[in-house]
Amino acid sequence: MEDSRREFLKKAGVGSLVGLGVVSAISVIAEKTSIASSVGDAAADASGTRYGLVIDTKKCIEDCTVCSDVCHAIHNVPDHRLPDGKPDLKNEIKWIWKEPHVNTFPSKSGEFLSDDLAKKHHVVLCNHCKEPPCVRVCPTKATFKRADGIVLMDFHRCIGCRFCMAACPYGSRSFNWKDPRQADNLKVIGKDTGFDREFPTRERGVVEKCNLCAERLAKGLIPACVEKCPGKAMTFGDLNDKGSEIRKVLASNSTIQRKSELGTGPSVFYIV
Amino acid sequence: MIEKALTGSRKYWTWVAVLLVLIAAGLYAYGQQLAQGLTVTGMSRDVSWGVYIAQLTFLVGVAASAVMLVLPYYLHDYKKFGKIVILGEFLAVAAVSMCMMFVIADMGKPMRVFNMFFYPTPNSILFWDATVLTVYLGLNIFCGWVVLQAEAKHVAPPKWIKPFIYLSIPWAVSIHTVTAFLYAGLPGRHLWLTAILAPRFLASAFAAGPALLILLALLLRKVSNFDAGKEAIQKLATIVTYAALVNLFFYSLEFFTSFYSNIPGHMHSLQYLFVGLHGYNALVPWSWVSLILGVGAILLLLFPSIRKQENILAIACIALFVSLWIDKGICLILGGFVPTPLEHVTEYSVGSFEVMITIGIYAIGALILTVLYKTAIAVKQDAAK
Amino acid sequence: MYDTGKIVTGLVIFVAIVTFPIWGSIGGPSELPKPVIKESGRCIESAEFMRANHMQLLDDWRNSVVRDNERIYVSETYGTKHDKSLSSTGTSLVNSSEEKKSCMSCHSNKKEFCDSCHDYASVKPYCWTCHIEPEEKI
Repeated sequence: MEDSRREFLKKAGVGSLVGLGVVSAISVIAEKTSIASSVGDAAADASGTRYGLVIDTKKCIEDCTVCSDVCHAIHNVPDHRLPDGKPDLKNEIKWIWKEPHVNTFPSKSGEFLSDDLAKKHHVVLCNHCKEPPCVRVCPTKATFKRADGIVLMDFHRCIGCRFCMAACPYGSRSFNWKDPRQADNLKVIGKDTGFDREFPTRERGVVEKCNLCAERLAKGLIPACVEKCPGKAMTFGDLNDKGSEIRKVLASNSTIQRKSELGTGPSVFYIV
Repeated sequence: MIEKALTGSRKYWTWVAVLLVLIAAGLYAYGQQLAQGLTVTGMSRDVSWGVYIAQLTFLVGVAASAVMLVLPYYLHDYKKFGKIVILGEFLAVAAVSMCMMFVIADMGKPMRVFNMFFYPTPNSILFWDATVLTVYLGLNIFCGWVVLQAEAKHVAPPKWIKPFIYLSIPWAVSIHTVTAFLYAGLPGRHLWLTAILAPRFLASAFAAGPALLILLALLLRKVSNFDAGKEAIQKLATIVTYAALVNLFFYSLEFFTSFYSNIPGHMHSLQYLFVGLHGYNALVPWSWVSLILGVGAILLLLFPSIRKQENILAIACIALFVSLWIDKGICLILGGFVPTPLEHVTEYSVGSFEVMITIGIYAIGALILTVLYKTAIAVKQDAAK
Repeated sequence: MYDTGKIVTGLVIFVAIVTFPIWGSIGGPSELPKPVIKESGRCIESAEFMRANHMQLLDDWRNSVVRDNERIYVSETYGTKHDKSLSSTGTSLVNSSEEKKSCMSCHSNKKEFCDSCHDYASVKPYCWTCHIEPEEKI
């Protein structure tokens, strides 16, 4: 009798383990079917929307910072400063900014650049890639690719592991090493300067980057940087829409992408 | 069995007290980090991983090295390792525990750590790393404990533990391969984007881990009367020698590919590490010290007549361990971020809370190891009677 | 019995810890909270529904708005369409000639409404570390 009770317990134990295993396997398989959308299946996107930008570097005004200023203002991007007032580069957050030509396109030659290009700074931002490495590595899908091609951050879910920052080959991402509301431009709620009441700040401990103004797109507006650019250097649109203005610009201008050899499929094109 | 760790000499309790003080300091520093944010570390927008992830990477290797005892003993019946397999398994437990603590310390939002399991993402290597490390921890605790308990009861280990022990062998290889995959698949980081990264990780793990085990075995002989046996230590030394040679060879292959191909992206990170880049050279002394210590250790280990002298063996093991710790734990991780994807150079200098937390976590690992080793030694000494 | 001293000490500590919810809340709120709503009008759901489900509702909203770009909510009680919004305003997506109404449009007195229950239940929702609290209407 002792033995058969023991045998029964053994079988019950193994049986429940198998049962639990089957249940969890089914739920993991159900999750797996949603990988395609998070990794950015190229075939699926071809028929849907794919938002992109074309930046005409010839129209981009050299010392202008309007795109950067307006983006950082409406998105409450903190401007951390050191006690002496200089920018705190260690804790810096930036969504869109300017880099010299050789830093924007390091895989292109820097030898014997034209006089224009040698002095030129280009606008750099998240490329909202077709096959984003950041989405591939995020362990919680807090960085994900939306159906319309935008690579978005879900700040509610981000665990702050910063794997996406290591994965991004363009250096587009910033991490909140400290509380963003400690920055001078965000210290006081209720004041008009710098604080956009409509857009949340982020918390300490999450990664952030350009969101292609998803909140504006939801209202039928175009990204703020595109709208406010004084040189009208930026064109925004649906890359998959053959009749769109952005496709016309791409068809009639010679464009390049940043680090296209890496297979990321950037959605930001530069007329150089 | 663990009650055996509650009795000990004065030296034992002094050692535990020292560890507890270091742990308390680490906890205080972690409290400060939780309150102020990761800004207290040396990490920045451009160098977004630092000392914590570096220690994680190195310690996964140390944890994997348990397989170098398990494989010969269980798969090839190398009886000389019989006494010390448990030391390898318990070292793996301490090392993986430290890995997990370093991950928590590094996270921006540690309270959200379970999001990795609520929203499993099979295409993310970090998800797999968390999974395989957790399973490996469980395997080593389970196998080590069951076999030790059998020994305490003077019986042979139960047959059903064998499949788990055999599983731990490929699993050990997998944890360090998966950790290498964290780095080796990132398109923008040329120091890491190499197929040989996983073999390099395994080779340096099988050199550093057994080297540490030799040091621990020699130490145990001094502080207790547990003797691993001369043959076991010499066999471990042989394993360390071969692994260190293979690791040095693999590392030199990197130099060939980078500098013979003359591709700037491949060369820049190695230049930063060994001669400096654009005037930035903070890691140059570290890289050279690592190389000199590593080559020096290999020269000592190469000759059996030198290797057999245990005090010189100890020096070689210390030198090799430090060399690999610097190489994998500092140069590889920090060097991967230089130059940045935009071809700038930002350097990293460690923060004081960061150092305290790191030491605190190492102290917790040392405490886990102390308690487990004390238990194992007490059981084995009782069983011998 | 053996080790009487240690056992009794351990028991006393245990009982103290286990009864902490009782003696630890002396001096705290003793009355049930009475949330005050200043504005008139109808919420998007009934009070019973909201009392039980507003946490789940907000959690569903933040996932569907951010991840799926689904910004319109259909009320379970009334079947009407509403913008999914905790505090942000602007143009309504349901009716583009109107202002978007958020939860805080009606429940703007956070201290008297939201906080009265949250403080009592010792719940600390972290929405407001990021989302910006609307200015209290006097």
